[in-house]
Amino acid sequence: MSFVTWLKRRLVVIAGLLTLAYLLLPNVVVTVFSFNKPKGRFNYEWQRFSADAWKDPCGVADMCGSLSLSLQIAVWATVGATVLGTMISFALVRYRFRARGAVNSLIFLPMAMPEVVMAASLLTLFLNMGAQLGFWTILIAHIMFCLSFVVTAVKARVMSMDPRLEEAARDLYAGPVQTFVRVTLPIAAPGIAAGALLSFALSFDDFIITNFNAGSTVTFPMFVWGSAQRGTPVQINVIGTAMFLLAVLFVLVAMVVGNRRNKQKA
Amino acid sequence: MSTLTEAPPPLSPAPPEEKPPRRRGRLTPYWLLLPGMLWLIVFFALPMIYQASTSVQQGSLEEGYKVTWHFATYWDALSAYWPQFLRSVCYAAAATVLCLLLGYPLAYLIAFRAGRWRNLIMVLVIAPFFTSFLIRTLAWKTILADGGPVVHALNTLHVLDLTDWLGWTAGDRVLATPLAVVCGLTYNFLPFMILPLYTSLERIDGRLHEAAGDLYARPWTTFRKVTFPLSMPGVVSGTLLTFIPAAGDYVNAELLGSTDTRMIGNVIQTQFLRVLDYPTAAALSFILMAAILAMVTLYIRRSGTEDLV
Repeated sequence: MSFVTWLKRRLVVIAGLLTLAYLLLPNVVVTVFSFNKPKGRFNYEWQRFSADAWKDPCGVADMCGSLSLSLQIAVWATVGATVLGTMISFALVRYRFRARGAVNSLIFLPMAMPEVVMAASLLTLFLNMGAQLGFWTILIAHIMFCLSFVVTAVKARVMSMDPRLEEAARDLYAGPVQTFVRVTLPIAAPGIAAGALLSFALSFDDFIITNFNAGSTVTFPMFVWGSAQRGTPVQINVIGTAMFLLAVLFVLVAMVVGNRRNKQKA
Repeated sequence: MSTLTEAPPPLSPAPPEEKPPRRRGRLTPYWLLLPGMLWLIVFFALPMIYQASTSVQQGSLEEGYKVTWHFATYWDALSAYWPQFLRSVCYAAAATVLCLLLGYPLAYLIAFRAGRWRNLIMVLVIAPFFTSFLIRTLAWKTILADGGPVVHALNTLHVLDLTDWLGWTAGDRVLATPLAVVCGLTYNFLPFMILPLYTSLERIDGRLHEAAGDLYARPWTTFRKVTFPLSMPGVVSGTLLTFIPAAGDYVNAELLGSTDTRMIGNVIQTQFLRVLDYPTAAALSFILMAAILAMVTLYIRRSGTEDLV
């Protein structure tokens, strides 16, 4: 087999792996530079190896504070968006009612709107209301833009669910609450989990909407943004590396658990 | 019963437990919808209306703003910032096309060729979602730095001469040029292209490929006539998910670009948060929103996948 034939056969694989490399290259750079000892305020050039930043990840003023604030906001935004979004998706899938079209477009629009537009308009509202910008305005904004994503994820799952399972539960004398807790919720759970995971990631990483509506409160993405102007400490790369490793671990575990469940069912 | 459904749902009284169950069933969807819809109306729809009114106001921060139906703001904003609008559309379109070209093979690989590596590759595509995109975007500063490996390689291949000539790069630099911004945009929105593509490719029945092969179609013909058309829903939602956020983005243009690569998002951000010229900022974001909604509607119509929405 000539090299050209070999290349032709594997073209898709090679192109795909190159894209994967493109996706992961920055993560590699972040990891490598977490072991750098930079000369000036910026950590853009390799100087020499050092594990100092790993020994003292919170050694930068205000960084870990902003990190914990971002985590808190992400958790509450996830809880809020998941609860509200799940309720909406059940209403949309299970019931016929007036204004379905209007509800559907109101769900779709936030996803079809550039973030900067939503961010600016929300700030206009808050300024008009004289609201104090900070934790609560960030949380309100995050629940707002996560909501649509939860609805989409849960809707897809509930739609593919066999309604006869619930009928069967009712035939076996399960009350409405029992049917919901024992049958409906477990089946919808993967969709709800996917929506919640997406909300968490979107909220934790959001910069544009937060930048407009945070006032002087500093979340982690805002801290990183500020450091791009003032000087980037190596600790930022440490946090970036740790987040990536945690994410890989977390997604792997979620997938393994999901696969087990599927196999048990089959 | 009909009078009941015609009543505005939020105002309907709570259904007491003693009432017949049928009536409760009728109102249940509204109670499920109420909190989430209120949230979206108050914090999404209402702000849009506020913004519309702000865009036709005149005044100053000290004296306060008044609605004077000053539509000239729109005209002034457009004539002052049309290069940034045009640039946003061009950069976003370039990034979308690049995302499609780069993302398709990877999505295809995961869907059909990955075998037991499938889960691992999926993890590697999803994991960046959970790590700070700002940190990763800053890493591109290192990768594309002057005198760095990328610049060196492009220079050796004489690609930089070509991109210089096209106006994508300037001198021996990649950083702070349009090329860097488009590279950052492509990178940041690539997962939003790969995931919908993968979802629609995964649904394709593998036997269709076999059938095409049995009918003597070459692999490329199979792709062009079978696989690609069947993956159209993924292509449409993927391109929308990359184009819309890319057109409004200002992070990449700010971190990887220069004053010559400012996009409309940068202008809106500056007008809103630094210049504090609210009417102009509101008008600009309204124009952006209208332009994107128009383009999206047209695109969805043309591609014939209205069921997507």
